[in-house]
Parts: sequence; C-alpha cells; structure tokens
Amino acid sequence: MNAILEMRSITKTFPGVKALADVNLTVERGEIHALVGENGAGKSTLMKVLSGVYPHHQYDGDIFYNGELQKFAKISDSEAKGIIIIHQELALVPLLSIAENIFLGNETATKGVIDWHEAHSRATELLRKVGLNENSATLIDNIGVGKQQLVEIAKALSKEVELLILDEPTSSLNENDSEALLELLLEFRRQGITSILISHKLNEVAKVADTITVLRDGMTVSTFPCDHGPEIENKIIKDMVGRELTNRFPPRDVEIGDTVFEVKNWNVYHHIYSDRHLIRDVNLNLRAGEIVGIAGLMGAGRTELAMSIFGRSYGQKISGEVQLKGQQVDVSTIRKAVDRGLAYVTEDRKEYGLVLENTIKNNLTLANLDGVAKGSVLDDNEERQVSREYIDKLNIRCSSMLQEVVNLSGGNQQKVVLGKWLYSNPEVLILDEPTRGIDVNAKYEIYTIINELAAQGRGIVFISSEMPELLGMCDRIYVMNEGRMAGELPAAEASQEKIMRMILKNDG
Amino acid sequence: MQDVASTAAPAAAEDAGKKTTIGSYLKANLREYGLLLALLIVMASFQIMTGGILMKPLNITNLVLQNSYIVIMAIGMLLVIVAGHIDLSVGSIVGFIGALAAVLMVSWEVPVFISVIVCLLAGVAIGAMQGYWVAYHKIPPFIVTLAGMLVFRGLTLALLQGQSIGPFPVAFQRLSSGFIPDILPIGGMHGLTLLLGAAISLYLVYANFRNRIAQSRIAAPDEPMTVFLFKNALILVAINYFTWLMAGYRGLPNVLIVMALLIAIYSFITGRTTIGRRIYALGGNEKAAKLSGVNTERLSFLTFANMGLLAALAGLVFAARLNSASPKAGVAFELDVIAAVFIGGASMSGGVGTVVGAVIGAFLMGVMNNGMSIMSVGIDYQQVIKGLVLLAAVIFDVYNKKKGG
Repeated sequence: MNAILEMRSITKTFPGVKALADVNLTVERGEIHALVGENGAGKSTLMKVLSGVYPHHQYDGDIFYNGELQKFAKISDSEAKGIIIIHQELALVPLLSIAENIFLGNETATKGVIDWHEAHSRATELLRKVGLNENSATLIDNIGVGKQQLVEIAKALSKEVELLILDEPTSSLNENDSEALLELLLEFRRQGITSILISHKLNEVAKVADTITVLRDGMTVSTFPCDHGPEIENKIIKDMVGRELTNRFPPRDVEIGDTVFEVKNWNVYHHIYSDRHLIRDVNLNLRAGEIVGIAGLMGAGRTELAMSIFGRSYGQKISGEVQLKGQQVDVSTIRKAVDRGLAYVTEDRKEYGLVLENTIKNNLTLANLDGVAKGSVLDDNEERQVSREYIDKLNIRCSSMLQEVVNLSGGNQQKVVLGKWLYSNPEVLILDEPTRGIDVNAKYEIYTIINELAAQGRGIVFISSEMPELLGMCDRIYVMNEGRMAGELPAAEASQEKIMRMILKNDG
Repeated sequence: MQDVASTAAPAAAEDAGKKTTIGSYLKANLREYGLLLALLIVMASFQIMTGGILMKPLNITNLVLQNSYIVIMAIGMLLVIVAGHIDLSVGSIVGFIGALAAVLMVSWEVPVFISVIVCLLAGVAIGAMQGYWVAYHKIPPFIVTLAGMLVFRGLTLALLQGQSIGPFPVAFQRLSSGFIPDILPIGGMHGLTLLLGAAISLYLVYANFRNRIAQSRIAAPDEPMTVFLFKNALILVAINYFTWLMAGYRGLPNVLIVMALLIAIYSFITGRTTIGRRIYALGGNEKAAKLSGVNTERLSFLTFANMGLLAALAGLVFAARLNSASPKAGVAFELDVIAAVFIGGASMSGGVGTVVGAVIGAFLMGVMNNGMSIMSVGIDYQQVIKGLVLLAAVIFDVYNKKKGG
C-alpha cells in the first residue's frame, strides 16, 4: 500500500492554547480512515491545517500529499489537489437550488455566462452518484438535512475529489440517512476515493473504517487497523479517555446540604419546529454545596435544557416544574429567574455572555445593576469598587477595569462572565461548558472558583463535554442522550467507559 | 466536535500596571477628543475664511436657532442608534406635528399650552406605535420607520390640505424666537446670560473635580492630570466666551435653554442610570443583555417612544421658528439627524456613542452649513462637502477601531 497523505509532527498553537502537539497522521490510498477523540482533542483543528484554513506558516510540521510536500495557503489550494472537506455545519445557501449550490464558485460558465442546461444535466448525474432522488432545481430549503448532506457530497464530487474529509457527517441525521451515508462511503471506497471520517459514533466507525487514529489532548494516541470485531469499540474508548487525572483538579471539601433545586417532568419543544420534542420528561435535583454534572454528546439537549429552565430563554411549549428549596417558583422570564437566585453561564461567551465592546466593569455589573445603583442612578464609585473586588477575587488579568472585554484572553473573558453571575449572588449556578476553549492553567483557576462557590453552599450544575472534567469536579453525574436522562451515577462509581456506554447504548 | 481555535481569543494586552501617559491616553480616546478638536478647527477656519462673521453674536445666535431642532432630534436618535436601531420617520414627524400644532392653535384656536401638550403626546404615541412593531414583533426598524416616514408625510399633507397654515400665536413663537429676560444688565450687556454662563461652567468644573477626587480614592484615575486640567480650562473658557458673545446680542435664546436641559438630562440618563447602561448593553449584544435579565423589548420600545417625543418637540420648535406649518417642513431632516449621530462617533451596529458626541456632530454640520453659506458656497457643493465629512468621520472610526482592536 502507498500513503496518499502523511502529516508529520504537526504542531499548532493558539494564544495560550496548544491545540496540536506533534500529531502524525498517515492515510493509505483508497481506505476509510476514522479520526476519533473527545471534544477538543484537536480533530477539527488538524483537518483545518490539512485543508489550508490555517495557512502553512501558521503551524509547524510537514504535509505530504501524493508524496509531495504541500504548502497550502488557502482552501482553494487544497481543493485544487482534490482534498475536499465537508464541515459539520453545512455550507449551503438555503434559497438557491441544488444545482446552483453544487456549482457555487465553480459554475459551468463561459466568460461569466452560465450554461444552465449543462449545470442541471451534470448536477443530475452527480445526484444519481450519491443516490439522491431529487430534481436539481429544488431549493435547498425544501429538502431535509440528510439530503442536504448528500448535496454537500455531490458538490465535493463535482470537484474531482481524491481525498474526502467528513466532519461528523451523521451528527444531525436519523438512522436511515446515516445508514445510507455510510453505504455511500463504502461505495466511494470501491471507486478508489479515500475518505477521512471524523465521528463520535463509535458503532459507525467500527462498521466502516479500515484504520482508526485516536487523538487526545492534541496528540496522536494510537493508530490501528479496524477489524470490525466486538472489542474494537472498547479499545477506542480506552484510548480516547485513558489519561491520568492527578492534579488537574483542585481538591475540595464536600459538605452537602439539603436539596436546593429541583426540576420535574421538564419538557421542551424546538424553538421553531413546534413538533420536535427536544427535552423529554427530564428530572433533576441538586443539593446545597453539591456539584452535579451533565454528560452527553453534542446535540444531547443539555444546553436546551439549561436555557429552557433559565427564564425560558430557549424553546417553546415548555412544561414542568421548578422548585427552589422545596417551593415551586415561577422562573418564566429571565428577570424572574435571576431574582429567584438562578444564574446561567452560557457555553458561548462571545455570542451570549459578554457585551464585547463594553468594559470589564460594565460587563461585571450587568446582571445586577441595581446593586450598584441608588434608585435607578448608578453609583460610579460603588461600581468601581465592586469591579475591583471581582477582578481581584477572580484574578482577571487586565490593564484596567475600563479595558474592553474583546481584548481579553478566553480564560479571562470566562472569568468576567463568571464574575457577572457571582455578583448577582445566585443560589444555583448552571455552568454550560465553562472551560471551553481555554488553557489548562485558566481551567484550574475556574475549577477553584467553582469549588469555592460550592463550599459557600450554592448548588452547581456543571455541563461539560469533557468527561475527565466531570469526573474530577462533580459529586454526581447525570448522563443525557437525545433529550432524555439516560442515567445517573455518583461520581465515585462513574468512569468514562461507563458514561460512554450509557450514551452509546441507546445511540443508533 | 468543538474546535479550540474558534473560541480562543487573541492574547490579552497584558500591560497591567503600566502608567497611562498623556500620549497613550489621548490615543486611546482619540475619537472623543478628535471630534472636539475637529469642531474647534472647523470653527477657527471658518472664522478666518469668513473674515470674522462666523463668531459675530448675531450669527452665533442664528447658528443655535438654525440647528436646535436637529440637535434635539440627534439626542433621541442617539439612543435609538445605540440600541441598535434606526428611525427614518423623524423628518415626517416634524412635519406632521407642525401641521397638528397649526390646526390646533390657528384653525381651532386651542390654547397654546394645551396644544403643545397634545402635540408632544401625539409624538410619543407615534414613536410608541413604531416601537411596538420593532420591539415586540421584531419587524426591522428600517422598514417600520420607512413606512412611518411615508405615512406621516402623507398625513401632514392631508392635515394641511396642501397649504401652509400660520401665523402662530405670539406666545408659541417665543419658543423659538424668544430670549431669556434681561433682569440685570451689566455694562450694556445681557447680565443674566453672563451670570448663567459663569455659574454653569463653574458647576461643571466643580463636578469634574469632585468626581475625580472620589475616583482617586479607589484607584488612580485613568485620565492624566494634564489632560484633566486642560479639559476643565477649556470648559471654563469656551462656555464663558460663548455666553459673552451671546450677551452682546440679545442673550440666550429660550430654545438654547431647552437644548441645554435636554443635553444634561440625556447625558445623565445615558451615563449614570441603569436604564442608560442597559441600552448600551442591548445595542452591544442583545442576546447577552437578554440573558443577563435585561428587558430588551421594553427598552427598544422606550427608545422609539422617546424618539417620538423629541421629534414632536423638534417639530414644535421648527414650526414656531418658521411661524407657519408647511407641507414641506422636515423633509430630509432624518438624514441630517442620522449623519450627526454617526459623525458624533456612534456605531452603526449599536452599543457605542454619546449624547455629547451626537450634539457636537450636529453642530459640526451646522457650523459647516452656516460658514459655507456666509462664504456663498452653493447648496450643491455644500451637500457634497457634508457627504464627504460624514464618510470621512466613519472611515476614521472604522480604521481607528481596527488599529486598536
């Protein structure tokens, strides 16, 4: 066999974060190569290096493709060599037709004039290849996600693809569509197209992959052939999660009190499609001083659950009961939820957590402006004192409290979001991916803050996709899958394998 | 899968503890000081180019009267734009409220005071109607207020039946053409004007010093001492020079007092109250503001209702100044108002801008209009120059931000 692609000791750093460290990846011609790892292990970053999203001077290491050293400066460079990447979020224009999307940027045109006859006949040919029975003039908006995924693949085929990279292609597909997609990959292999498949769904990987590479914390852990046997999933899980947990989490004294927070029979429907039942009969309880984790894969409904509880900021047709200290409370608007002592730290701090062009001071006090105001007049000095206090307490590194938060590092931005909610003095904090995208040291600081908050008797719900983090921080872990609670484990009994199995056992 | 890159922020500017120098401070606040400097330079150049006519007491008084309605609306528009919206209907509201006032006072002979109240309430109602659609139904404000622009221009024509109505009662005219009474003349000049100028400037300086002292109890103030002293000296000189000029003519116009009060009130609201802070947060990041418990819908609604109120006030001032209501009143005012706000440093995407900036922006345009008119530059090239100034101001903003960010 000969290798179509060799990536040698690829290292990629972002300010404060080493995303990839000496990663090696060798893909043989004509195989399906699966790339697996936890969220944040570096899979997508590696593929972005390969496809030229990060140009060649922004990383260290060499890429050999068809035996030649490649220096891609932009995506079109890699596409010209036949490397096509299909991202998890589809890049289609909803109000253009299938044919228009397939040839977008690559139109069947002479001197700028499009030959629609040619476009539609070629599109029809491509659709037949991917097994999609739709008219090429149909708008993307009018076909389902599964079919859209196939249009993406048809688009890739229109560009003479040699190496097809699929990033979580089945994450939003139902079982039948997933099955069809995997069949298509196998068909491509017969035609000699090489594929790299990034997936969380280990059963799919075990089914179609020829070789598997496991990434963890930005490093290659192992590469091994897939024998499609019963033991292969266990081996993958072991490699994905097998890391030492010593000293990554600060120690804490647990003193757990009475139940402070309870959610009963919680049901939520999609915010646009009112017939999509996203959260089904979820029950959850939390005691004072307790840190309770919610594990699950992307799309399990954790964020939707948290936001729907927090002032119904997500979804519709919400039903269920929220109790604080045994009393049923009305948290139907965000203001009411905040006033009753709830706080929600969002997973997307830039989009939902911070007013980026405002100062640190203004962001810190935003959720509790009345605390620094007499009547409705702000007390500037009081506000500065409060800001100074939280900047010191949370160790926010900045040049001044008047610095705009857009100029802070990810870790410090996250501390500002936490500070904002601490100042509102909540009884219950829901933390959604509080350490996403921040470096190891900042993570440790945030863990320490979370432990202090719990020690003060607050209840903490900790949503995370990083299982070691949940195991290291939580007292109890709920496992969510497809909108339901798939199980609940005391942290002492939990292990990553157990959690992963709970998730996978009802996963297609 | 989550990708580390997409959320990793650029490295923090870790220059904690470094003392702010005058240069670095001015650079960091280039926009605010630059605007003031631009106004001073423009005034000085026109003063020279017009051979001293610009700063003649009569002309200064005219300058204030001519721009009062734009300034009043710029204050309201600033709030709307900071909240991340736009209001295109204000010119038509000016015309409509002027027409309404004329029908009430001239045709129906309703007492002035009651007419004014009715007109202001009508303005609030118009703003509230438009705000309702924007805030609670998420209809783009561009569309809602474009519709309002057409509707109220049409209603203006309908009310006036295509003709001008006037003149207004004398009491109403005084809103625009009146001056504060001269109760204690000093050496042939308007004494109350001089006294007010002195009192206001001293109070401003006193308030600045008090603030700085309170601030320095917590941490070293960000503004360097030299800049602070210079700023206060400028306030003293500028205000007193200005009132001295005005005192040489007929003293302060009534409408200037109204303007000054509005500037003070709205600067206070935007800078010192919770509602002001929340409007900035709403414009800066609506989702984050909402998730922090801010009632974003109500705030958007209020900014439009407030805009309606101020547009109505501007409509009354304009009608009183012309002493008649005409179907053409207020045409294209919205463009001058919006331009003033953007020249004043507000951001198209919301969340950024100050009341004082918007007022300076309005006066910058006003001074250029006035100066070019004195120099008998044609209306054609006046428009060209104003357009270029607007473009340059926003280019400067965008460039400045890129460099800083």
